Amino acid sequence: MTQRTRNWLLIAPSGALLLVMLVLPLSFVFVFSFGERGLSGGYVPAFTLEQYANLPARWTAFKNTLILAPLGTLAALLIAYPLAYQLAVRTDPKWKTLLLVLVIVPFWTSILIRSYAWIYILGGQGLPALLESVGIENVRLIYTPYAVTIGIIYGYLPLMVFPIYVALDRLDTGLLEASSDLGARPLTTLLKVTLPLSLPGVATGCMLVFILLMGEFLIPALLGGGKVFFVGNALVDLFLQSRNWAFGSAVAFTLIVIMLITITIYMRLIARLQTGREDVAVM
Amino acid sequence: MKYEPVVRNDTSSAVAELRHVSKRFGDVEAARDLNLSVAPGEFLSFLGPSGCGKTTALRMLAGFETPSEGEVLIDGEVVNALEPFRRPVNMVFQSYALFPHLSVFDNVAYGLRQRRPRLSSSQISEKVERTLDVVRLVEFGKRRTWEMSGGQQQRVALARAIVNEPKLLLLDEPLAALDRKLRKTMQIELQDLQRQLGITFILVTHDQEEALSLSDRICVMRDGRIVQIGTPRELYDAPASRYVADFVGSSNFLEGSIESVAGGRAEFTDVSGHRFAGQAGPGVEQRVRGTLSLRPEQIRISREPLDGGHPVTVQNRIFLGEHTEYVVRHEKIGTFIVLASRRAEDREQPLDAGTRAYIAWNPDAALILRAD
Repeated sequence: MTQRTRNWLLIAPSGALLLVMLVLPLSFVFVFSFGERGLSGGYVPAFTLEQYANLPARWTAFKNTLILAPLGTLAALLIAYPLAYQLAVRTDPKWKTLLLVLVIVPFWTSILIRSYAWIYILGGQGLPALLESVGIENVRLIYTPYAVTIGIIYGYLPLMVFPIYVALDRLDTGLLEASSDLGARPLTTLLKVTLPLSLPGVATGCMLVFILLMGEFLIPALLGGGKVFFVGNALVDLFLQSRNWAFGSAVAFTLIVIMLITITIYMRLIARLQTGREDVAVM
Repeated sequence: MKYEPVVRNDTSSAVAELRHVSKRFGDVEAARDLNLSVAPGEFLSFLGPSGCGKTTALRMLAGFETPSEGEVLIDGEVVNALEPFRRPVNMVFQSYALFPHLSVFDNVAYGLRQRRPRLSSSQISEKVERTLDVVRLVEFGKRRTWEMSGGQQQRVALARAIVNEPKLLLLDEPLAALDRKLRKTMQIELQDLQRQLGITFILVTHDQEEALSLSDRICVMRDGRIVQIGTPRELYDAPASRYVADFVGSSNFLEGSIESVAGGRAEFTDVSGHRFAGQAGPGVEQRVRGTLSLRPEQIRISREPLDGGHPVTVQNRIFLGEHTEYVVRHEKIGTFIVLASRRAEDREQPLDAGTRAYIAWNPDAALILRAD
């Protein structure tokens, strides 16, 4: 067996999987997006740009996704970074594992159940009732963008914490001492040494959370109560309820294109911030 | 030969000073009652095996550790609570700790950019260029530090520290990661640099040769304590204890008891019952256990009987170029290492293993020390 055949054999299983599960369905989506809706739903082959022309009808879903996904990513980052820093740099090594496990523990329960818990916490009997008891009245949280944002941050925080933790954990504390020794105040050290060197972790975390958020539908469905819906919700609706596969495919394909553009820009930006170190290349 | 006091304490113009400094990490006492005064322009080494507290002492001077007791002074001021970034002190780290995301130039400029009031960028680049010139890395400014060899990284680390013109330069085993030959070269460079800049250097090392060849004074440490401070010559010629005699240079040791002490001289009986006279070390008392220390090069060896000599059998001969090392055995006293110079060799034929010979030494060369 030649080296070449062996290489092909090694990538064959994953290649086949990707072909059947990704490339093929995506091709269908692409083709369907130019078709028409059948009389009783589904798909009728055609070639029309009508579906793309109809996109503005789902403008709210796109708007919500494009605002809340980056916002949620940013919020998760702002909360995750100090947490990861504390865990990686400041925590006594003998407690690290335990605390890391605590970060993962929520994953042992389905996101569905955890989101239901949030419905209760943010609903009338939960936080608003508590606030009312201290004199702050008429606070509405559930079924608002706030509830969705809180749900997103809660659900995706561990995904953000881990890559940043790994990056910070690998950081040589000698570098922080060297910075201080050279006269840098703690804030300068954070901005000039810690942050740049943990950038690969930040980039990975943001990418993971952002990509998953763009396709999110469960959290907006439960905590947004049909008022704050994402593109994901529109897709569920179009494919499963109104059975308009052609329009659904156009929406899905547009989302994919938007995502590709955003991520390309993001990667370029990160690459520019990076200083060309090969050992810390993004992802 | 006269003994210097073990701890010198002229504190009038000291750059750095430790006063009764102790440091505990939990139950571990890493440093105990350190007293030391470093003069401006001095090259001082902390010498000792790993875990002796030398790095802890250095880190307290840098500000990375706060003493549990006592005072650390820099330039006459107590700095116990002063953060590292406020101290006029720079450090060369054992692993260099160069910033991997910055170029060589930016690494060296890092300290200058923290200065307030700010330096102009032309001032910064002028200083950086000049310092890179001193460490012979002028063309390397744009390089990444991780693209460079160990010796080059070492020089970047040095440049990054000295560019700030610190009052005190701390070096934590800076040459430990380099191979033997490069280490020799860097030792010479370090010494040149120190003379050229006039900055006070404090070096931490476990390498006695390095400490002996570089330092004005050496501070020998053991188990968190300073056991002796002195010039390399003082430590070599007049070690205060067996530990120092053993750590600084090599020596022959005979165990036994001290019979009498008078006027700087002592009488000693070794375990086999042989009596020897010698110089009395500090703190030597009558009727206590002691050690007689004898440097290998102080022993004469000859085929012919020597006045007051001891008969031995040659066990081994090692040719070392300038010197020949003999391992000889006395039936009762034990084994000696003898270092014979080439010139002495020329007078008579080298002694082969198995040859009967005689060894002798000047009683002044024998040091009678406290048992540790």
